[in-house]
Amino acid sequence: MSADEQALSPIPGVSLALRGPAPSRVVAGFGFWLFLLSDIIIFAALFATYSVLSGSTAGGPSAAELFDKRHVFMETLCLLASSVTCGFGLLALHRTDTRALYFWMGITFVLGACFLTMEGKEFAGMVAAGAGPSHSAFLSAFFTLVGTHGLHVSLGLVWLLVMLLQVATLGFRPMVSRRFFCFALFWHALDIVWVGVFTIVYLGAK
Amino acid sequence: MFGRLNWSAIPFDQPIVMGTCATVGVVLLTIFVLITAKRGWPYLWREWITSVDHKRIGVMYMILGLVMLVRGFSDAIMMRSQLALAAGHAQGYLPPEHYDQIFSAHGTIMIFFVAMPFVIGLMNFAVPLQLGVRDVAFPKLNSVSFWLTAAGVLLINLSLFVGEFARTGWLAYPPLSELAYSPGVGVDYYLWSLQLSGIGTLLSGINLTTTILKLRAPGMGYKRMPVFCWTALASNLLIVAAFPVLTATFAMLLLDRYCGFHFFTNDFGGNPMMYINLIWIWGHPEVYILILPCFGVFSEVVATFSGRTLFGYRSMVLATMVICALSFMVWLHHFFTMGAGADVNAFFGIATMIIAVPTGVKVFNWLFTLYGGRIQFNAPIYWTLGFIVTFVIGGMTGVLMAIPPADFVLHNSLFLIAHFHNVIIGGVVFGVMAGMSYWFPKAFGFKLNERLGKAVFWCWFIGFYLAFAPLYVLGLMGATRRMQHYSNTHWQPLMLVALAGAVVILLGIALTAVQIAVSIRQRHANRDRTGDPWNARTLEWSTPSPPPAWNFTRLPNVERTDAYWHMKEQGVSHRALPGSFVDLHIPRNTPVGVFLAFFAVIAGFALIWRIDWLAVVGLVGALVVVLREYWTTERERIVPAEDVAAFERAHGALPVGHERSEVRVASGVES
Repeated sequence: MSADEQALSPIPGVSLALRGPAPSRVVAGFGFWLFLLSDIIIFAALFATYSVLSGSTAGGPSAAELFDKRHVFMETLCLLASSVTCGFGLLALHRTDTRALYFWMGITFVLGACFLTMEGKEFAGMVAAGAGPSHSAFLSAFFTLVGTHGLHVSLGLVWLLVMLLQVATLGFRPMVSRRFFCFALFWHALDIVWVGVFTIVYLGAK
Repeated sequence: MFGRLNWSAIPFDQPIVMGTCATVGVVLLTIFVLITAKRGWPYLWREWITSVDHKRIGVMYMILGLVMLVRGFSDAIMMRSQLALAAGHAQGYLPPEHYDQIFSAHGTIMIFFVAMPFVIGLMNFAVPLQLGVRDVAFPKLNSVSFWLTAAGVLLINLSLFVGEFARTGWLAYPPLSELAYSPGVGVDYYLWSLQLSGIGTLLSGINLTTTILKLRAPGMGYKRMPVFCWTALASNLLIVAAFPVLTATFAMLLLDRYCGFHFFTNDFGGNPMMYINLIWIWGHPEVYILILPCFGVFSEVVATFSGRTLFGYRSMVLATMVICALSFMVWLHHFFTMGAGADVNAFFGIATMIIAVPTGVKVFNWLFTLYGGRIQFNAPIYWTLGFIVTFVIGGMTGVLMAIPPADFVLHNSLFLIAHFHNVIIGGVVFGVMAGMSYWFPKAFGFKLNERLGKAVFWCWFIGFYLAFAPLYVLGLMGATRRMQHYSNTHWQPLMLVALAGAVVILLGIALTAVQIAVSIRQRHANRDRTGDPWNARTLEWSTPSPPPAWNFTRLPNVERTDAYWHMKEQGVSHRALPGSFVDLHIPRNTPVGVFLAFFAVIAGFALIWRIDWLAVVGLVGALVVVLREYWTTERERIVPAEDVAAFERAHGALPVGHERSEVRVASGVES
């Protein structure tokens, strides 16, 4: 914390808007929130496209024929559980408890990897059955929407590994903690998007 | 090995392209040799290329915009001269496939690589200074944004010499832009250069939004922010909300083209109108992303040069935010002819007309500020007055076309072309030119030559009317856009007038170059030693020109709107505070931005030409750059207190020997 932050943050009675520049922790978090919002808008565009094109099967298989809801439900459980463990990991980060952090984030990684494996299996099955993304507009939209989420999860896993390496090599310095905090925000945001995917794509399959 | 790339990609058989190639090559080589001869590379690398200073980055955006303005304008004057010739039996000198590339490149370049860099450059430069803070929220990210935009610029210019550019118009509508109908690399150049620069713009939007909402000088509440900061906030919120849609839409078209998907194809259930809806959900807010900061510039200029507070500050802010919100509800007016039905068209038509209300509020506020003011007739006020007249006309033709039945007649005619040039030249170009002459002394410490500045204005003003008034008439006579030839020779006289207008604008652009050169030569005579050459009102004028890397030695304390004017009125010393200085922490320069852009260009080029291994090289390179940045722990540089004191003394703010240790001055936000 720099000098003007110390001087400015605890002024009682002065409205937040008038206190001068916010501390860098707040600034970084806020900026990352904006990034997440913009990312969610990418998904919004993909959801809109999926909704418009979901009936355009071009004589190919429809959503109701393709999806195995039980399989997807297991996927969902993995991802939601990984958000919980990620939350515990973040608490460990705040306590600067390295072992707990590794433990919870390790579980988060495994759950994320399980989710991806199951999704990969679903995709491979569909392609093998002749329902690949270039088969119809509906399938293009499906693979792009769900695949973009999967790509985010994969990048999240890489980022998680990088962050664990950062903690291992650089320790809990403010820079590392800020990034880890941002990673956690990212991971939770992917859950929110998945709730949308599960509801609109899988439960809404007609 | 080299994908689709081979020697036939270079258009040896086209003299116009090869001539351009040679000219650009000679110019670049000359610049390179000059810099090398003067041993300028270390200076450029240290002070500009790796700079994370928002002022330097802002200036680089402006230079990029100016260079690309020349490119975009060359396309314009080629189109105008082609149409002046190609009537009746004459075919002109540009064959259709070349002409199609020219109008596509003109629109793409003018919006993405001229108007956007200009507007982002002005915001980058002025917003942190007006807010009274040391830098933007994420200085390094700012550098990355700039260099990604430059990467897009490089790719789109490469298309001139290696391969071809899109022949699809500036928004690349499918199914024409699908692989089946555009099998060449043109559309791929278009898509990848815009994807790169679009990511840069998005990051810039996040950066500036965070800056405005989280970093303001003590006391600078929302109701005390300069209007330019408000308009910048609205514009950047729109960037954050709209640019992801562009990224997603282009990604879908890329999947169609590269992986055989069927989003927008004619067959397999694809829906081209989906693309057109999506692209305009980005595209209409984009119009306001460009114009709102220009409204902000005019507001600053009007208040400064009338010597009085802006009339109706609150209504100005409210109008800005209303436009910001409404801009997402009108996208369909770009394609009333889609045939969505009378009810849908009526909704979007009325929504469009409603936007005229807050815009009208703004126009009246500017007029009432001028009314009763003591107007100093400098170049910025010329641009502002020219804008008010021109923009009102452009706005009225816009409201006219917001009526769906009228639009069915005017859609894709030259009337439409005249309308949007009316608002973009009259609004954005005039606004940027006003902003440039207004803030130039702040950026460089000397004023631009006034006489030449006014000459530039008259060229653009007269040239605009000559070039575009005929297009309104031609549009009503039935002339359509994007035509390379017409058989009705009655149109030719008006086409010739339009060409004359383009030539007058060309003179204006040339005079801009002369103006900059002359001003640099006369810089000692036009030096700004006060930091406040216009007797202005906002905080950027309270610090020396050019400001130090840390902007403000002491963060100003804001007590009302027009903070600096208030200080001057109260006789409060804004800088010359006898205090002791402490070391300042400012962000270190970094080559991350330029390295990332380098690998992005490699990856983009490889993807355009389908050179798989090279694309992998580009992506891995970018990843390595990011990881290296992740392990960089030395992120700040310390400016010793003595240097700060020396700077203040040199700028006459501090009587020597008056240092006391009661002022706490410290770092901005570390990244």
